[in-house]
Amino acid sequence: MEDSRPHLAFEQTPEGRCARVLGRWTAASLADPDHWDGVQAALKALPQDWRDWQWDLRGVQRLDHTGAQLLWNAWFRQWPDVLHTSAAQQAMFERVARFSSVLPPRPRNTPSRLFLRLGELVMRHEEHVLGAVRLVGQLLLDLLQLLRAPRSGPWRDISGHIYRIGATALPITALVGFLIGVVLAYLMSQQLRQFGADAFIVNILGISLIRELGPVLAAILIAGRSGSAITAQIGVMRVTEELDAMQVMGIAQGFRLVMPRALAMALAMPLLAVWTTLAALLGGMLAADVVMGLTPAYFVTALGKAVLVSNLWLATAKSMVFGVMIAMIGCHYGLRILPNTQSLGEGTTSSVVTSITMVILVDALFAVVFKDIGI
Amino acid sequence: MSPHATPLHGSLPPGGADLPWGGPAADRIGAAPVVDIRNLWTVFRTAGVDAVIHKDLNLTIARGELLSIVGGSGSGKTTLLRQILGLEAPARGSITVLGRAASQLTSMGAASRVGMLFQQGALYSAFTVLENIAFPLRELGTLPQDLVRDAAMVKLQMVGLDPAHAHKMPADLSGGMVKRVALARALIMDPPLLLLDEPTAGLDPDRSDAFCALLRSLHQELGLTVVMVTHDLDTIYEISTRVAVVADKHVIVDAPPKDVIAFDHPFVREFFLGGRGLRAQELLRQHPSTV
Repeated sequence: MEDSRPHLAFEQTPEGRCARVLGRWTAASLADPDHWDGVQAALKALPQDWRDWQWDLRGVQRLDHTGAQLLWNAWFRQWPDVLHTSAAQQAMFERVARFSSVLPPRPRNTPSRLFLRLGELVMRHEEHVLGAVRLVGQLLLDLLQLLRAPRSGPWRDISGHIYRIGATALPITALVGFLIGVVLAYLMSQQLRQFGADAFIVNILGISLIRELGPVLAAILIAGRSGSAITAQIGVMRVTEELDAMQVMGIAQGFRLVMPRALAMALAMPLLAVWTTLAALLGGMLAADVVMGLTPAYFVTALGKAVLVSNLWLATAKSMVFGVMIAMIGCHYGLRILPNTQSLGEGTTSSVVTSITMVILVDALFAVVFKDIGI
Repeated sequence: MSPHATPLHGSLPPGGADLPWGGPAADRIGAAPVVDIRNLWTVFRTAGVDAVIHKDLNLTIARGELLSIVGGSGSGKTTLLRQILGLEAPARGSITVLGRAASQLTSMGAASRVGMLFQQGALYSAFTVLENIAFPLRELGTLPQDLVRDAAMVKLQMVGLDPAHAHKMPADLSGGMVKRVALARALIMDPPLLLLDEPTAGLDPDRSDAFCALLRSLHQELGLTVVMVTHDLDTIYEISTRVAVVADKHVIVDAPPKDVIAFDHPFVREFFLGGRGLRAQELLRQHPSTV
């Protein structure tokens, strides 16, 4: 079988010294590590007077532009004095010779450029804040419009979002809540037993789960689950020009995209928080029964005395704020996405990170402001 | 090379064996067809109902041909292209590309066997123009950066783009430029077979003409086999050596453009001999080399 390995053969022929290019000089063949080392060595060891040799490419099995480029570079981008090629090879070399231009350098970072970039950064942050303010303002206006003409509201959208954000999240929030309840009850029981204060587990679990952990856990889960989905949905609508199509048809983005999501979140989030809290209490109750022998009946009676009703109101209000916030952050980042994949990925990540951070920040704020209520 | 050297159906263009056709498989099969579709059945199942798109479709594409596939909307032209690429599996029948089954085409090193120009370009939006073009070569992992860059620069300029565009991102390019970059990327490893999906859709007439001229010259100079799906009659008349008409779920006629026009079938009459068709036929007289 013919040797398909790309190689050079230097021979003395009656017509003079002849450098014969043999084998398969194609990208795929050259990129074979077994071939590449030999080719590279041969081209490095090119004789000083390479130009005086007769270069014969007629014996080459196959040549493509990459192979031609490699030879051309090895010839220091100059034509050898004598080159035997076929017409097609000649055309290929001429194309390579013509287009082997130096790559224009990337734009350098000059001080003025850096200054301009700083300005761009500032402007972008300003635009970020303005965009957020505008989004919230638009939401208020849209809500007013909805109150004025409730019949023409996007109710189908809202119910769809409630289903996707709320109903489909029930299993995961229940599971996480239940397990957290079990874990907390186990850890607490160890500590409380040392003080002989077993019965206080109801107070601790009740207050911490109902007031804090239930709403926050649900909010964090939903931020990761639905906040990212909102950003990605709106972002893909930008990529596929659906947002532009809506605008051209005169359909208000705020009214049809942002408000339904915000309303659905405002409704679904408190319900999910209650659901998560119930699951967590159930977990805690069962664990308390197993570890400490605290009967569920006692747990339920004691819970009613330990937790004031105002805690429930606080938790519900907090959840509603979380929900609206997650929806708004998701929409805000979604609407800022540029039509490319990188921006889509970055936007979704920023959206989730921002909404989780904001949930925790706002929760801390609630804790400070309402420290005298319900405890 | 003279403009009349366009390789005709079944004949080999000048230059012989050194033309950059094919991988090892193409050597083995010699003069065998580049694409061979036999008794192809395509069935789409939507909501439990089977919709037959292709029924006993046969098509053979020889080396050096520039074949246009035409057909009504929903006749499965793009699907056919995707099946040739091995992106979709047919329900029945066989597709052989370069001597092997189409389903094996998209394995390692596919870029050296086939190039595809997608309708929207399908450039990687996270990479610059140059990185997009160089991507298949760079993925080989062995060739040095500067050689890869040089090869990509040659292809960039070969498709008529200015070197200044090398560092731009795909999002900053116009539609015509996206197509050119995508074409350069498809050609980076000089594959013997080039597939084009609506290459001139979305281009203005000027750019569309320039794109056709570019395709025609590349087809001649590189000895490519080109298969394209198009609705653009001007493109069909200007550059194709053969036209395959898909209607009634199979290829009803498969011949040079002037013979296709003479074929008696309702779709052919409507498509080629409507008002637009007659205007475009002027091109046939201007470009006798393609007939």
